[in-house]
Amino acid sequence: MQKHLLLGVEAIAQGAIDAGISGVYAYPGTPSTEITEYIQESKIANKRDIHRRWAANEKTAMESALGMSYAGKRSLVCMKHVGLNVAADCFMNSAVTGSNGGIVVTVADDPSMHSSQNEQDSRVYGKFAQIPVLEPSNQQEAYECAKYAFELSETLGTPVLMRITTRLAHSRAGVEVGEAKLENELHLPSNPKQFILLPAIARKQYRLLLNKQEKFEEASENTGFNKYFEGKDKSLGIIACGIGYNYLMENFSSEECPYSVVKVSQYPLPRKMINKLAEECDKLLVLEEGYPVIEEFIKGYLEKENIIGRLDGTLSRDGELNPDMVRAALGFSCHTDAPTPELVAPRPPALCEGCSHRDVYTALNEVINTYGKGRVFSDIGCYTLGALPPYESIYTTVDMGASITMAKGATDAGLFPSVSVIGDSTFTHSGMTGLLDAVNEKTPITVIISDNESISMTGGQESSAKGRIESICEGLGVEKDHIRVLMPVPKNHDELCAVIKEEVEYKGVSVIIPRRVCIQKAARDAKKARVARAKAGK
Amino acid sequence: MKTDIILAGVGGQGILSIAAALGKAALDNNLNMKQAETHGMSQRGGDVQSFMRISDEEIFSDLIPKKGADLILSVEPMECLRYLPYLKEGGYVVTNKTPFINIPNYPEIEELEASIKALPNYVLIDADKIAKEEVGNGRAFNFVMLGAASPFIDIPFEYLEDGIRALFLKKGEDIVNMNIKALHAGRKFAEDNK
Ligand SMILES: Cc1ncc(C[n+]2csc(CCOP(=O)(O)OP(=O)(O)O)c2C)c(N)n1
Repeated sequence: MQKHLLLGVEAIAQGAIDAGISGVYAYPGTPSTEITEYIQESKIANKRDIHRRWAANEKTAMESALGMSYAGKRSLVCMKHVGLNVAADCFMNSAVTGSNGGIVVTVADDPSMHSSQNEQDSRVYGKFAQIPVLEPSNQQEAYECAKYAFELSETLGTPVLMRITTRLAHSRAGVEVGEAKLENELHLPSNPKQFILLPAIARKQYRLLLNKQEKFEEASENTGFNKYFEGKDKSLGIIACGIGYNYLMENFSSEECPYSVVKVSQYPLPRKMINKLAEECDKLLVLEEGYPVIEEFIKGYLEKENIIGRLDGTLSRDGELNPDMVRAALGFSCHTDAPTPELVAPRPPALCEGCSHRDVYTALNEVINTYGKGRVFSDIGCYTLGALPPYESIYTTVDMGASITMAKGATDAGLFPSVSVIGDSTFTHSGMTGLLDAVNEKTPITVIISDNESISMTGGQESSAKGRIESICEGLGVEKDHIRVLMPVPKNHDELCAVIKEEVEYKGVSVIIPRRVCIQKAARDAKKARVARAKAGK
Repeated sequence: MKTDIILAGVGGQGILSIAAALGKAALDNNLNMKQAETHGMSQRGGDVQSFMRISDEEIFSDLIPKKGADLILSVEPMECLRYLPYLKEGGYVVTNKTPFINIPNYPEIEELEASIKALPNYVLIDADKIAKEEVGNGRAFNFVMLGAASPFIDIPFEYLEDGIRALFLKKGEDIVNMNIKALHAGRKFAEDNK
C-alpha cells in the first residue's frame, strides 16, 4: 500500500478525518499546531466543511467540541500541554458528563521545554479526570490511535485523552492510511439530563464514571496498543511507555531484547500485564517520557526498591528521553563522545530584523529607564524574546494573560509604574478579563498591546483579535482618550516614546496599541498574492 | 542499508526542503525513514537540526544516538560543529562555507574553518557561490548541499533526483531542472574535493 509521509501530528489529523470528525477545535501551541493546520489544508475536510477555524483559546475550543459531542457528532480538540490548564475546567467536567458523539482531546507535551514554560505531563490530567489516555509510540500508531480513540469514546461514553510529546509530534515517517468513515448524524443524548451537572445529577454521573473504570482497564488489556513481550532474561522487566519503547528498541536493533517488556500506549495501565511482569522479573525499569507517573504509581509511597527509573536517578528526573539515556539505564557502556568545540557559540532565537516588537521595546526602554528597572510585565509570544539582549525589557512571562493581572497586582502593592506588554492574540486569549478587573478598580496600569495582526510565535495563524482590539477595550470600559493607536516604525520613535510617557503618568487604565503587521506574515501574504496573480494570468 | 544523517542550520535557512527531498526519495523506493525536525521557538533565527534516518530495516528511535550519525550535512559552517558528538567514527561532515551571523559572539571565520579542516573527513563547499555561478540561482544552494552530501548517503543517486522531481513537480519543469542541476554541481564538487 502507498505510504504517506506524515509528521506524528499530521498522522493524528488524518486519523481524525478518517474517523469522520465534524469539527476540530483548537488554539495554536507548539508542538500541537500542525494537527489543525493539516485539517485546514485537507481537501476532504474542506469538501465536507469540517469545522476548522481557530478558537480564541483552549477553553472555548474544549467547550465547543463538547457541544459538538452533545449534538452527537465527533469532535477533536487540540492544544499544547499548558493549554490544558486553560481548558481544565471543562475538561475535568466533561469526564463527568461523558460523551455523546466521540470526543478526543489531543494534548502535545513538550518535555525539555523546547518551546514552553514548563514540562507538565498530561497523563496526570488523564488520571485526574479518570478517563482513558492513549500515547502512541510512532506515526503509524498515531494514525490508528486517533481512529480508535473515537470508537472508544463512543462505546464507553467518555472523552478520551490522546497524549503525545514533541519528538513524535514533529517527526515524519511513512504512514499507511486506511478507510474513511462518514460523519455521524445529528443526534441528541439518549439521557436528556446527561450534561446537566447540578449536584444531584452530577453525583449520578460521577458514579457512572467510577463504574466505567473497570471497562477502561479492560480496554487497555485487550486493544493491541499495549503489548507483552516475553524475554528470556528475568533479571529485569521493562515498562516502556509511548516513545520510550522506541528508545529501548533502538538499543537492541541488531539483536533481540533479552528482557520481558510491556509496551504501554493506552491507560489506565493494563493491570494483568504489569502484574505478570512484576511477578516474573526481579527488577522493573520504567521508561516514560515526562514525569515518573507510572513509576511513582507502581513504586508507591512505600518505595518498593526493585523499581527503577526517574525517581532513583537511573534516568534523569527531568527532560525528554533519548536513546543514550536509555542505553545508560540498561547498563550498557556509554560512548565517550567528542565534545562540541568551544568556539561554537549558542544561537538563541531572536526577534526578526524589522519586527514591530523591536520598535516597541526600543521606545519602551527609553521611557522606562527614567523610572528604573523591573517594571515591565510581559506575556507569551514572539515579544517574549524582548527578555533577551539587546532589549532585556521585560521581567515576567508566566502564562497567557498574566502580564495585565500581574501588573495590576504589583500596582496594588505600590509599584509605579507598572506596564504590561501583551500580544494581540494573547490579549483575546486571556487578557480581556484581567483588563476588566483593572478598569473596575481604575488601577493605574499601562497596557501595551503590541499588535502584529497575527499569532506569530506559532507560525502566523489568524488572530481572533484582528480588527477588534479598540472596540473590546472600549467595551470593557477603558476611556477612549486613553486608547492610543500608532504605527511602530523607527521614524515614529519619538512619538511612541511621548505616548508611552504620557500614558504611564495617567492615573487610570490606559491601553497603547502599536500596530504593524508581522513581517513574516506580510512576506507570506505577498508570496501568496503573487502565486494567485500568476495563476489568474495563465 | 542504513544511513543516519543530521541536517543542521539556522531557523529560516530551509534545511527542511533537503529533508523533504530525501524523505521522498526514501519513501518512493520503499525504504523506511524517520525524520525528526525542529518547530517552534528556535525557528526564529535559533539553531535548528533535523535527524534523518533511512533504512531497509525497521527504525525505532526518531532521534539519532550519540556517535550514531554517518553524516552531518550543515548549511552553515558553525552549525556543523555543534553536532560533532553525534558523528560516528569515520563519519563525514559536509558543510556550507557561508556563515550566517546573527549573534554578536560568532567565532572568527579563520578559526572556524581551521576547526573544520582539522576533522578527519569533511567537505567544505561554497554552496551559495556554486548555486549563483554554476546553477544560476542562489536559492538552489540547499540542493547543491544535498548533492555534495550524496556520495556519503547510502542510497542510489537516481533516488535523490527522483525525490527532487517529485518535490517540485507542481512548480514546473524549469524549477525541477534547476534543482537537479544544483544536485549534480554539488556532487561533482564533493567527488573532486573529498
Ligand atoms: C495556554 C497557552 N496556549 C498556547 C500557547 C502557545 N503560544 C505561545 S506564544 C503564542 C502566540 C501568541 O500570539 P500573540 O500574542 O499575537 O504574539 P506574537 O507571537 O504574534 O507576537 C502561542 C499561541 C501557550 N504558550 N500557552
